[in-house]
Amino acid sequence: MRDVAIIGIGQTPVGEHWDRSLRHLAHDAVRAALHDAGVERPDALYVGNMLSGELVGQEHLGALIADFVGLRGVEAVKIEAACGSGAAALRMGYIAVAGGIHDVVVVAGVEKMTDSPSEVITSALAMAADQEYEAGQGISFVALNAMLMRRYMHEFRVPHDAFAGFAVNAHHNAVGNPNAMFPRPITVEAYQQAAMIADPINLLDSSPVCDGAAAVVLAPADSEVARRARQAHGIARIIGSAIATDSVAIHDRRDPLFLEAAFLSCQKAYAQAQVTPADIDLFELHDAFSIMAALSLEAAGFARRGEGVRLAMNGDITLEGRIPISTMGGLKARGHPVGATGVYQIVEIVQQLTGRAGPNQLPSARLGMAQNIGGSGATVITHILEAAD
Amino acid sequence: MVVHIPRNWRIRQQRYRLVGERCERCGNALFPPRDTCPHCAESAQTSYMLSGRGQVYSYSVMYDGPQGYEAYLPYTVALIKLEEGPMVTAQLTDVHPDEVHIGMPVEMVTRKLTEEGPEGQIVYGYKFRPRLRAN
Ligand SMILES: [Zn+2]
Repeated sequence: MRDVAIIGIGQTPVGEHWDRSLRHLAHDAVRAALHDAGVERPDALYVGNMLSGELVGQEHLGALIADFVGLRGVEAVKIEAACGSGAAALRMGYIAVAGGIHDVVVVAGVEKMTDSPSEVITSALAMAADQEYEAGQGISFVALNAMLMRRYMHEFRVPHDAFAGFAVNAHHNAVGNPNAMFPRPITVEAYQQAAMIADPINLLDSSPVCDGAAAVVLAPADSEVARRARQAHGIARIIGSAIATDSVAIHDRRDPLFLEAAFLSCQKAYAQAQVTPADIDLFELHDAFSIMAALSLEAAGFARRGEGVRLAMNGDITLEGRIPISTMGGLKARGHPVGATGVYQIVEIVQQLTGRAGPNQLPSARLGMAQNIGGSGATVITHILEAAD
Repeated sequence: MVVHIPRNWRIRQQRYRLVGERCERCGNALFPPRDTCPHCAESAQTSYMLSGRGQVYSYSVMYDGPQGYEAYLPYTVALIKLEEGPMVTAQLTDVHPDEVHIGMPVEMVTRKLTEEGPEGQIVYGYKFRPRLRAN
């Protein structure tokens, strides 16, 4: 198996792009990543996307985007794993390069959500859940997460306020990210007073509906193109990559408060990378809802069961803390264009590992971990990246 | 609007009567039915009707809803731990949100879930209400 490096990154700002279509957003991210990598024509394009069919009326994104970005003819296909689509596409690109099938692959994540009215988006997002036995009962995706949050608060005797640190940290970090949707700090008081969406999840527990695209270019770490990119701006090696699955429906889980797929994908990625949680310098986790951040920290081994929320209360998750999370704003404040999120996470870790994170730069980050979650924990994709100097 | 007449027909035994399956190897009750036991991977196709009695494992009051459910907002949804073991996701009914609590005994009833447009079908299914008596 070949050693794989990320040699180029690109992203659009996350937000409401009324003036740019899905294909234009993908174009901007892919062209930026290819330019950053110093590559003209990759061998393949993998597109992570969840909702283009439902919200844009457009499927067949592989061919559409390949053609639109000037790559007509290349192997191109869309990869879908609900909100985990972006990292799932990266995993496919990694397999192709590591396995020697392709030498240079571009992986893009793209989502266009804001053209649609809110009840249409709510129905579309619920497609990440079990259509017949969850969504078919009139339950929104937010409400599924809200039930996890309420049970967590009950079982571990945690007040709602205890989760404030996740939103405060994400918004604080978004201030230093020019591509973030909400580059504004928030206070604990604002968190306490935010409007309810699905009790106990309020507006500031929840990531926003938005548009965006991000892309990365992969190549063998010992290739000539990687060597040039390393000299130009630095590269990061993928030293761990894993996908694990669980039941789609929460009601089918052995223990709804334990993200078994997150645990399994972390264990596989740690074993491949030969590292432990203590070695990780930053963790871009899937804070679509603040409860997910707590559960992810626990499943990944940074906190014991019921204690993930304490890392937010103690300041352990800040840029200066023991395990910084959401260093560029996270899903909460950078924004969560669902199928693009997994690629944004990777772009941001590469920024941190190559000294390109601007005012949010961590002083000595060597190892970064990204975790992208599809649905309420049914698909979990974990990647561990190492700075290559 | 997508009309799901065949789908709603296929799952009528589940929606109206909570018919699941039982695994003959490990004895676990399964709901929804899935034909292969998730506990031991054995084929499990023996029909088994659940009692419809259970307790609230968790719940949420929804203020934003999907298409077709906007008219009913706000409403309360829950995870119900059934007596026989499986958990189901369903709306609560006949109860004020303030009275709902984790551990509350509930029972299954048949109620309208939604209408698929003015000329579409009316979809019925299970909801859960506070248990009326200790049965
Ligand atoms: Zn069994």
